[in-house]
This record gives sequence, C-alpha cells and structure tokens, in this order.
Amino acid sequence: MPVRDYLRERFFPHMWCPGCGHGTVLNALLRAVEKLGLDKNDIVMVSGIGCSARISGYVDFHTMHTLHGRALAFATGVKMSRPELTVLVPMGDGDALAIGGNHFLHAARRNIDMTAIIMNNRIYGMTGGQFSPLTGYGCFGTTAPYGNVDHDFDVVELSTAAGATFVARSTTYHVIELADIIKKAITHKGFSVVEVLSQCPTNFGRRNQLGSAVEMLETYKKQTVPLNSKAAQDAPDKIRRGIFVEKERPEYSNEYKKMIRTATGES
Amino acid sequence: MSKDKPTYKEHRVEREWCKGCGICVHFCPKNVLALDQEQKVMAARPEDCICCRLCEYRCPDLAIEVICED
Amino acid sequence: MSRHLKFVQGNVACAEAALYAGLEFFAGYPITPSSEIAEFMAKRLPQSGGKFIQMEDEIASICAIIGASLTGRKVMTATSGPGFSLMQEALGYAVMTEIPCVIVNVQRGGPSTGLPTHVSQGDVNQARYGTHGEHAIVALTASTHQDIFAITVDAFNFAETYRTPVILLLDETTGHLRERLDVPKKDEIATVGRLKTSVQQGVDYHPYLPREDGRLPMSDFGGAHRYNVTGLFHDMWGFPTESPKIVYGLIRHLVDKIEHNADQMTRWKEYYTDDAPTVLISYGAASRSALHLVENRRKRGEKLGLLELQTLWPFPHALVREKCRHARAVVVVEMNMGQVLQQVKLAVDQPEKVFLANRIDGELITPTDIQNIIHVIQGKGV
Repeated sequence: MPVRDYLRERFFPHMWCPGCGHGTVLNALLRAVEKLGLDKNDIVMVSGIGCSARISGYVDFHTMHTLHGRALAFATGVKMSRPELTVLVPMGDGDALAIGGNHFLHAARRNIDMTAIIMNNRIYGMTGGQFSPLTGYGCFGTTAPYGNVDHDFDVVELSTAAGATFVARSTTYHVIELADIIKKAITHKGFSVVEVLSQCPTNFGRRNQLGSAVEMLETYKKQTVPLNSKAAQDAPDKIRRGIFVEKERPEYSNEYKKMIRTATGES
Repeated sequence: MSKDKPTYKEHRVEREWCKGCGICVHFCPKNVLALDQEQKVMAARPEDCICCRLCEYRCPDLAIEVICED
Repeated sequence: MSRHLKFVQGNVACAEAALYAGLEFFAGYPITPSSEIAEFMAKRLPQSGGKFIQMEDEIASICAIIGASLTGRKVMTATSGPGFSLMQEALGYAVMTEIPCVIVNVQRGGPSTGLPTHVSQGDVNQARYGTHGEHAIVALTASTHQDIFAITVDAFNFAETYRTPVILLLDETTGHLRERLDVPKKDEIATVGRLKTSVQQGVDYHPYLPREDGRLPMSDFGGAHRYNVTGLFHDMWGFPTESPKIVYGLIRHLVDKIEHNADQMTRWKEYYTDDAPTVLISYGAASRSALHLVENRRKRGEKLGLLELQTLWPFPHALVREKCRHARAVVVVEMNMGQVLQQVKLAVDQPEKVFLANRIDGELITPTDIQNIIHVIQGKGV
C-alpha cells in the first residue's frame, strides 16, 4: 500500500473518534500526494490546533504543529523562504475561520502558493462541542444550548471574495472526487482552498440528532450535488460540490522573485 | 481494446487500527464486508468483491487495503 | 576598506546590524515608533536576495519569521508595545520549539495604545514574563547607535547559539534619534551561523536531543530529515508527550540553557564605578541622561558612577552586586515604575540603599531630573 509509506505508522491507531471524517480526509490527501508522486522531503505540512491539526503528526513529511489559527501565517514564512517546497495547510473550521479568519483572508489575497484544506465538521470537537463559525443558525453546541443564533460563513464564497484562485468543496463520502480535487488543488499555482465536509459524530452529530457516522455520510450523499449538474438544477437548495474557482493570478512568491530581480538590477 | 477486470485477492485489515465505525460495511456496493465479534471489519463475502476500493478510500482509520491483481 | 560612516536613526542602526549579522527574512506590521525598520527592510532585503513581507498583523509577523527560520534563515521582526503584546503567544512557541529569531520592541508609552510617539521603558517585565508558562528569555538593549549595532549582532548570535528568541528592547528616543554610526567592516564583529546537524540522511536524527554542551544542531525544513515541531511538550523527535519525566526535562533544558549561560550573554558598560559612593544603574535612552550627569558631576569633583546594562534578561544579578558592593547609594534610572529596580534590589546586599530615579510621563528623563533625586537621597533637598 503506497499510501502507508507516507504515514508515521507508529502513531496508529490515530487519536480521532470512531467514524470521524478527519481520517478520511487524511486518507484522500495521501492518495492525492501519492498520485502526484511527490517526494516526502519536498512537502511541508503546517497545521494549527484542534482535532484537525493533529493530522500533521501522522504524515511523514516535514511537519509543524503550530498555534490555534496561525497555521497559514507560519506556512507563509516557510513558503516565502523556500518557494520550491509544497506547502499543505489542513485546518479545522474554527481554526481557519474564527481565530485564524484574518490570516485566511490575507493568504488568499496574496495568492501565495499553498493548499488550505478546511476540514469542516461544524464544531470545536477537541474542546467538547462548542459552536464554530460554520455550525450554522439553529444548530446546537455546548455553547449554543438553546440553538445557535450565529450565522455561518459560506467557505466557497468567502474564499472567492478574498481572492483564492482555486476554490473547491467536497465531502468525506465522495472520496474519489475528494482525492482528485485535492490533487488539483496541490498542483494549482496559487492559493487553493478545499472545503471538506467532514463528519463529527461525537460532538456535532450527537447534539444535532444527525445519527451515526454512517448516517451523516448518507446525508452528505443525499444533500449535496455536483456543481453545474442536472441534479443541481433540480435542487437549488442542496449544497454544491466541485471546483468553483480555478483561475490564474500572479503568485506571491513568484512576484517576490521578480521584485528581487528589480531590486538587484538584474532585470 | 478490452480491459480485464481486476482479480480480487484479499482484504488486508489492520485490526489494531480499525475502530469499527461501520462506514465500509454500510457503503460497500456489493455488501462484502461485515463487522466481526470484536467490531473489526472482515470480508464476509469476499467472492462478491469487485475491487472498487471504496472501503479502502473511505476508511477513516486507514485500516483497509484491498489487494487485487490487474 | 575605509570606514562606512552614516548619520542615521537608531532604528536604522539596528536594521543595518541585522543585515550585517546575516538577516535573510523579515516580516512585520507597521507601528510607531518601529516602522522605519520595516521600511528599511522592504528596500534593502531584496537587494541582498533576502525577503521582506508585510503581514496582516503582528501575530502573523512573528509566526512567519518562525516558519522561515525553520527552513534555515536568519529572521527578525520589529514592533512596539501593542504589537509586542500580540506577539506573546508565538514568542512562547519559539521558546518551546527552540527556533532562533530576533524580535525588536521599540518601546513607547503604555499600557494599551498609550503614547505612540513618546518614550518609555515599560516593557522590561513584559519581555521577561509576557508569554505564559515557565521559561527563560534573552532581552538586550543599548543606548547609542554604535552600541545598538553591536548588540543587534549579539542578539542574532545568541539566538543561533542558544536556539532561542531574543528580544531587543529599544526605545522611542534611541530609535528615532539621529547620530553617527560607524558601520564595522565585514568580519570585524563575529557572527554566529546556524548550527546544522551532521547526521546523514537515512540515519535517525533527534531534533530535540541536546548535545553535551546543551546545543541542538538543526535540520532545515525541506532538508534531509523529516521531523515534527510542536508547541506541545515533546520528545527528542519532536512528537507530543505528557510523560512527566520528559516534561520536567524539557522545562529544565529551556530554562537552564539560558540561565546557565547568563555570563556569556551579559553585556554592560561602566563609567567611574570604581570609586563612586553613588552608583547609577541605567539602560537605553535613560542611560544617556545618566551618563551626561555623571560626566558633568565628575568635572565638579563629585564621585558619581554609572553601570549601563545592555543585557536585561537573564538579569545580571552577580554583576550588579559586584559593581554596587562599595556604593553607599545605588540609583536606578529608568522610564517606568521600577522594573529593573526590583531586580537590583534582589541583587545587592542592602536593598535599602537602592533608590529609583524615573519618569513615566512620556518625556525623556533629564540629567536634572536625576540630579534632583540624588539631592533628595543625599539629604540636600531639591
């Protein structure tokens, strides 16, 4: 199994709960990396804090487990300094969009070449089930015992508005599609965002009567449709999956390289 | 040009890693898998496997490998 | 090669020194009174193939330099009080992960946004205790541009030698003051490069196993060894652990590597301390006034001395005790309510002979201010 070559097997079984979608995201990510044939020494994974952030401990890359919300800021330093490296930044929804929201917007604005994977389980799992910026109106969490009055972000719209040049969404049910999207996101030259709907049966599913991990995956299957499909036309309320944005815009570290040529009078 | 179907050999399961969530069992298109008495996945009807590998891809524990020969 | 004379701000002296020390990456966010350092870097770093990035805030700035340092670069950020407050979280991360970096805090009046364009020395204790958890820290300062240059090179050298963040506590007065800077020739001041591991690819590398001398050879991210870096307590491979034995060992290592090498990092200057019954202790801009007073009074036959501290943390208690041994009165001159005073009282044999001469109104303390307080101490009235 080539995928296992990318794992730090001594830490398995991993720490995620039974049925947690984050393991499936890891699974799909490694398949994407394997298909691209990337050298482990050329990959840096930078994560923040939370259940999602533990992903960096399990992969045999250069790995940096940083501070809550700050992964993209650390990763920016890595990428600027060594643009030839592939930089992967998996984040949780609270990690990426609450405490790390500002870093997220600015990494997208700069269009720096890295892949942000938002593992959206709509909850702060590690701290026990508090609502996140993606929990959504009316849902329940330990800090939303009467139903959440906070509205959620649409990650795709947010990323697009902020300037990300690759924006996609998939789920842990649609694993072949997910691996393919992550592969394209890594290959994309610029800031790419992949939102993955990832089930948290323990802390989100249970509090919102969404059933087991299997039932939550059934929901992803039934409540999402491929972008621009017949199914999407027929069901305007369902969640769209696929690649929403894929465009070219000058990439940050590349532009900086040009600036160095200007500054040194080489151009 | 005809493409031969891959031939199924076995499901390799890392029993220590499997947490018995049942995702692979539920979504197997051919109903090949089951959980055993210890709540670990096993190939109950291996003869029906079509080597789609969806169990391997979906497994959150990275515990399944489907061995097939092309 | 002839000498390279400049007439510049203290902030620029610091920035010039950073380049001299081998700075390759700077991330920052505009804030008075430190912005000149970022402006200098934006222009000069790309000329030498280095990189400057203006981040979205000070949190991102310090995170970015830590990331860049891990790939093998010498790095720095610069800020002032409010930005320094934002940096405390990642400062602790750099302490825990032992990633070399230099953080300049050009101090202004605080708390909060305080006095953006006025001087203060109110962040001495924040530099030491600002980030949470038990740790040790290195913080340096200087009062003249020539000394700012030298101490900035020291800051980089200590960061590399001890794998630690080093804080440069400048202040608004010296940061904005223009005076002569004589840029040293290449190699005139020794610079310390990154200590890299000699462990070959394929051989088990322990990023967090100190050598016998306590130093930790690094492997660049993107290099031959893949390992983990985390702000959690970690084992010698960098993976999280809660083992009490490892936790204890790591805390001891983080503190001891600084405290046990305090002598190597102690920088100071002294003026007429040998025969002075009254010794002033000062640092940064305040010590310029203190020195002015000391030299003036000497001309009139009054035996005043000055000990100017450049290393504030780890605090040089032994040095202070030694220099104050024969003094009848010790006067700490600083622009806060006695942050270094507390340490001096701890250091000397008779804390009751230690007095404070300070200003906390955003104005530079003057020689007259200090003289007036000395008169009070000497029972002569103002």
